[in-house]
Amino acid sequence: MKILVCISHVPDTTTKIKFADNKLDTNGVQFIIGPYDDFALARAVEIKEKEGGTVTVLNVGLADTEPSIRKALAIGADDAVRINAEPVDSLFVAKQIVEYAKSQDYDMILMGRESSDYNSGLVHGLVGELMDWPSIAPTMRLDIDGSTAKLHREIEGGHEEVEVAMPFVAGCQEPIAEWKIPNMRGIMMARKKPLQVVEPVAVEGVTTYQSFELPEEKGDCKMVDAGQMDELVGLLKNEARVL
Amino acid sequence: MSVLVFIEADNGVIKKSSLEAVTYGSKVGDVVAVAMGSIDASELASVGKYGASKVLHCSDERLNDGVISATAKLIAEAVNQSGADLVVMSRSSLVDAVAARVAIKVGASVVANVQDLPDTSNGFVVKRGVFTGKAFANVSIPEGKKVLTVSKNVVPLEETGSDAVVEELSVAFADSDFGVKRISVHKQDGDILLPEADRVVSAGRGMKGPENWQMIEDLASTLGAATACSKPVSDMDWRPHHEHVGQTGIKVAPQLYIAVGISGAIQHLAGVNSSKVIVAINKDPEAPFFKAADYGVVGDAFEVVPKLIEAIKNNQN
Ligand SMILES: Cc1cc2nc3c(=O)[nH]c(=O)nc-3n(C[C@H](O)[C@H](O)[C@H](O)COP(=O)(O)OP(=O)(O)OC[C@H]3O[C@@H](n4cnc5c(N)ncnc54)[C@H](O)[C@@H]3O)c2cc1C
Repeated sequence: MKILVCISHVPDTTTKIKFADNKLDTNGVQFIIGPYDDFALARAVEIKEKEGGTVTVLNVGLADTEPSIRKALAIGADDAVRINAEPVDSLFVAKQIVEYAKSQDYDMILMGRESSDYNSGLVHGLVGELMDWPSIAPTMRLDIDGSTAKLHREIEGGHEEVEVAMPFVAGCQEPIAEWKIPNMRGIMMARKKPLQVVEPVAVEGVTTYQSFELPEEKGDCKMVDAGQMDELVGLLKNEARVL
Repeated sequence: MSVLVFIEADNGVIKKSSLEAVTYGSKVGDVVAVAMGSIDASELASVGKYGASKVLHCSDERLNDGVISATAKLIAEAVNQSGADLVVMSRSSLVDAVAARVAIKVGASVVANVQDLPDTSNGFVVKRGVFTGKAFANVSIPEGKKVLTVSKNVVPLEETGSDAVVEELSVAFADSDFGVKRISVHKQDGDILLPEADRVVSAGRGMKGPENWQMIEDLASTLGAATACSKPVSDMDWRPHHEHVGQTGIKVAPQLYIAVGISGAIQHLAGVNSSKVIVAINKDPEAPFFKAADYGVVGDAFEVVPKLIEAIKNNQN
């Protein structure tokens, strides 16, 4: 089984978001592997352990993303590729992935359902279409059965079970795998694993992030006494107009 | 501008969020809608009320399964037939998976999670949610075809027109378009679907155990609301995974979100902070949810919720 896992490098979930010079202010921000990508990686490593094969991890990013890539290697990926470019938008990222992946012979490409910075959730679909492979997202379960895969995809109010022949792309989320934390041995081994740096291809027709805004501050929370539920209902009806 | 809106149905009934997308489209240009699978002609024609002049309908029953590749092919075919410059789709589990493929098929730029009507005064700029609800970005889309996925409640529904013309759209599907085979569906029928609900009653670890959820269901049914939960609750299997809201769960944007015994961790808020009005019920006056809520009640849920149910019932009488 030859698996490619695409990871994003995103601010830690609890980061307070600020902007400076129309960009994320990264001062004091801790970066992590995208939480959904982490699940995709964990499942890829489990599949490799069971079925044999290799897991390659790929990130589109500048050199500052290498700690996340090394962490992915410590979790169990065999080798890594960094496409040396600042991600511009989903199409840009997808085209870099496809340019690399089409020269290889992967059985599946896994990634998170979305990155937790730009939350577009488009890359798996773009990669699938550009590779002319099926894409399945959000994937909550993935099992291999010979040359086909069985997946659970989340749908409104539940999930559906689907079957697909390899190769395919999946955008993953919980509870697809046990979250993996690197151990000391993994961290030591990761230092010696190959990390290839590839120059990007030019991409036309990308979108431009012109400016950022923060949501309006919430007004104060109006407190209602626990014994006065009639008052709460009155407020929801007459003031908030939601009843 | 010529606009194509993809409309989805649930059990043959067109979703309210899809009708909102039609209203959205009609504020940007002339709307043709596209629909698929088993839906009655009269139901399809009613989309005209919200601003579509025509509905292209592919009745191929294989599309009832919501297959991603085939749905993308259908929408691309409808773009070609209608000559649309802009495709608008309301976000759903299917649309989120399909939009990117449509964009590649028709050579369009695609922007997801759009929060407002486009600003066309200088090019085409849309506002979208980023950093898991903690910020917005204004994104400029290059000239040419465009695909947008739009959040719920971005525009209110508006009835402006009359019935639309319905035309059959035939698409030459290949077997490979149905390469992903649906084996089974696990879905609770009859319930109000959480992502679609206008009212949501959600509960967390403060409920102590699954046996205490009857009270939450009673509150939800009194309000005509869907039920939801925090992540630890679904992790412990107190409630099904598809009820878990938040950053790693479903994102909701109802008119009213009531959070019972939920602390209001940032990852939970990420999935619910687009709600219009938030009510937090928590016994801890320092619970972070009170910073995100519009109305707060400090008290024991086991005492407060029954009183709230009674007060709502009294109000309805
Ligand atoms: C990467 C990541 C992603 C995550 N994604 C999500 C997500 O998508 N959704 C999500 O919900 N969480 C998510 N979490 C977890 C999140 O950080 C919190 O742990 C979680 O939201 C806490 O759930 P809770 O509020 O139900 O439980 P607790 O934190 O245990 O809070 C229970 C609350 O109930 C109150 N309470 C107790 N008894 C009563 C009573 N009798 N009456 C009234 N109030 C009472 C307590 O005061 C407390 O505030 C994520 C965490 C991480 C690290």
